[in-house]
Amino acid sequence: MDETQNFIEIYRQEADELLIEIEETVLEIEEAPEDREAINRLFRAVHTIKGSGAMFGFDKIVDFTHTLETVLDMLRDALLPVTKDLIDLILKCRDHIKSILNHTAGGDEVDMDYENSLVESLNAFLGQAEKREDRPASADTRKPETEDLEKREVTYRIRFKPEPNIFMTGTDPALLLEELKEYGDHEVIPQFKNIPFFDELNPEECYIFWDIILTTSVSYNTIKDVFIFVEDNCELSIEIIDNEVDYVYDDDLKRLGEILVERNDVSPDEINSALNEQKKLGEILVDSNKVDSQTLVSALAEQNQLKKVKEKRCEDKGASSLRVASDKLDVLVDLVGELVTVQARLTQLSSNLEHTDLISISEEVERLTGELRDNTMSIRMMPIGTTFSKFRRLVRDLSGQLGKNIDLITEGAETELDKTVLDRLDDPLVHLIRNSIDHGIESPEKRKKAGKPEKGTIKLSAGQKGAHVVITINDDGGGLDVDVIREKAVQKDIISKDAALTDKETFELIFAPGFSTAGSITNVSGRGVGMDVVKKTIESLRGAIEVDSIKGEGTTITLKLPLTLAIINGLLVTIGDVFYVLPLASVEECVELANSKSEQASGSNILNVRGDIIPYIRLRDHFGVEEEKPDLEHIVIADVHEKRIGFVVDNVIGGHQTVIKPLGPAFKHMKDISGATILGNGTVALILDVNALI
Amino acid sequence: MAATEILDSNQYLTFKLDQEVYALDITQVREVLDYTEITKVPRMPEFMRGVINLRGGVVPVVDLRLKFEMEGSEKTVDSCIIIMELDIEGDKTYLGALADSVQEVITLEAEQIEPPPKIGTRLDTEFIRGMGKRNDELIIILDIDRVFSSGELGVIQAAEEIKPQDLAAGKALENNTAQEISI
Repeated sequence: MDETQNFIEIYRQEADELLIEIEETVLEIEEAPEDREAINRLFRAVHTIKGSGAMFGFDKIVDFTHTLETVLDMLRDALLPVTKDLIDLILKCRDHIKSILNHTAGGDEVDMDYENSLVESLNAFLGQAEKREDRPASADTRKPETEDLEKREVTYRIRFKPEPNIFMTGTDPALLLEELKEYGDHEVIPQFKNIPFFDELNPEECYIFWDIILTTSVSYNTIKDVFIFVEDNCELSIEIIDNEVDYVYDDDLKRLGEILVERNDVSPDEINSALNEQKKLGEILVDSNKVDSQTLVSALAEQNQLKKVKEKRCEDKGASSLRVASDKLDVLVDLVGELVTVQARLTQLSSNLEHTDLISISEEVERLTGELRDNTMSIRMMPIGTTFSKFRRLVRDLSGQLGKNIDLITEGAETELDKTVLDRLDDPLVHLIRNSIDHGIESPEKRKKAGKPEKGTIKLSAGQKGAHVVITINDDGGGLDVDVIREKAVQKDIISKDAALTDKETFELIFAPGFSTAGSITNVSGRGVGMDVVKKTIESLRGAIEVDSIKGEGTTITLKLPLTLAIINGLLVTIGDVFYVLPLASVEECVELANSKSEQASGSNILNVRGDIIPYIRLRDHFGVEEEKPDLEHIVIADVHEKRIGFVVDNVIGGHQTVIKPLGPAFKHMKDISGATILGNGTVALILDVNALI
Repeated sequence: MAATEILDSNQYLTFKLDQEVYALDITQVREVLDYTEITKVPRMPEFMRGVINLRGGVVPVVDLRLKFEMEGSEKTVDSCIIIMELDIEGDKTYLGALADSVQEVITLEAEQIEPPPKIGTRLDTEFIRGMGKRNDELIIILDIDRVFSSGELGVIQAAEEIKPQDLAAGKALENNTAQEISI
């Protein structure tokens, strides 16, 4: 029972991934309706959802998907043109499958009326396609050779050799064979030669393979589709061994081969090589003018194409497929974090003991731990592309709703980010893009008047800069209006009437809570997530957000995020008897703050470093530390919001690999401290949040 | 609140704070540690003594004596930290409590426990789950979830002042409706 539950879970995950693929592919097809490969991919994805769904008893999905599949089959055979209506409908169906899937996982009840209306619309397309078929004039969109292949009775030799573990995936080979049987005259020859002796036999493994001789009018694709969801778990060869029209080859040889296989007189290899010989049949056919070489070449090309596609998919899977539950990874990261902590203790101990051998071992451990840490972190890294592709749909749907014409350009989809960061980035990005669509890009008429191309562009790009990932959202819309923002801010009492603000400072006001320039809240942006929430989310990820805009030309929002959340490079300092860590990424330099100097600057808390005026904060005073301060204090100069700010500490210890531990809910209102870390001696150091300190 | 309603276990860990015996429901006690170095966290109310390292995790430690308005704990050989498991706003969290000494695990039947007295204790009676009686000794059974309910830990929140130079954040308190912000 648990096992079944497991399969169902796997099916859900797979279906989720397929649904994402479907969405992406549909949008691709919309842009390039001639892309046959994309249409095939779409069909395969839908077919797999249906096929695997049947195996795990998701009858609702199977019923619904069946109609969709039929429509897609028409599309694949070019019986239907790619239209916006059709794309809309496919997307709606995709969403509906998702909601059925959610329902099976305990989600909301599926709206049957809606489902019926979708099925009706699908049927309407089917009717349309049939009409088109009736009219010979429209058949010219179809490649004649494909038509030929499909209408003729063709005999295929299919060798289906499942891997021994096929039962583990929940596949019943008998069902597949049953499905094949429906296509026409057939002969199924099971091969038992691989069955071991009884004492070696594992009843849970499959030792049998089948040769199926099938004479049918359905296409090669259809047959291949039967095996589509097991094709990675089996050896499958489908070969056309007899084409009704092309009968000119030695009938006796074929029969002989079959008999030999049945009697186990000839090894399958030998049979295969014999079959390979038969491939030359094409040449004979051409020579005898039974088929023109064009037909043959295209048929072969089609086959090759499919082969290539399959090979490519196999490669892709081989390179990247290992499904691991993310909580296992979390445990791994925790363990590595603890290892880093222990290693720090070892390093400290070995240097205290001054034992040469121990020091060399501890250095070795340090190196290995470092590599292990980097590798573990890299496992959690995911390309941002998956997030980007979600926005394609968002832009399409929203711009349609608002009657705007918008292109989404994405760049740097391969940029990698920690999965935790990525997950939490979703909402802010959705909000920012919604804003760009709703308020940024103007209506086509307005754009025309302003002398811009009618089609607006939103550019979403990501890239790595040092230890940060920078994401920018750029639109070529109307831009922010400084005066309007200012007026609104005064009206809402966020700034005083005579506050002198630079443009940049004015833009920052849009992040203030309770601020809105839109006269009314549209249903597009009225989701209750304001820019202040966006800013908070980004900052909770230890990132920063910035706005830049030129009126009439567009707005650019830049997000700067750390690569990973779990481990940072820190600078260890002391204040009083407590250790603190400052994130090294923002530290620029450390200088000594002699008593005399600080007296000179008394009261003003401003320091002159090589001609730069730097304001500083005495953390000692800020934290109310009572212990006596040392004669020589240090000042750590950090880059905070692109300003240089000094933090006065008692002592600077040095760099420290900091494994961030959350402080827990008891300190959740503590803004200056973003977390804690364990030092080599087992005591706790607090991590300072420099952004919150100022 | 009738004592019988809330008792789901009858085993208690007893400990001493300033001559008086207190008890905690054993299901809420995770472990007892020897006194270790506590890292002070700045800008926290006095009873929040800081954080300690518990096998790689960070656990806050409170001084129950300060919390109950007694004099602060003096460190002795008997001093120890009781690690408790409690719910803060639905999050399960660990919290350490400084105790003068830990006594024993005892069993108290429901009839040995009386509702908290209205007067005569130094503690806010809200924090007391009941009074246990054993061999003429009175044991104060603490309702630890109440002692550190969100409102109580809210003291920490109050200690955090919104910085005046942050204009926007300052307004957050007055204008806290989750309104749509648009560009």
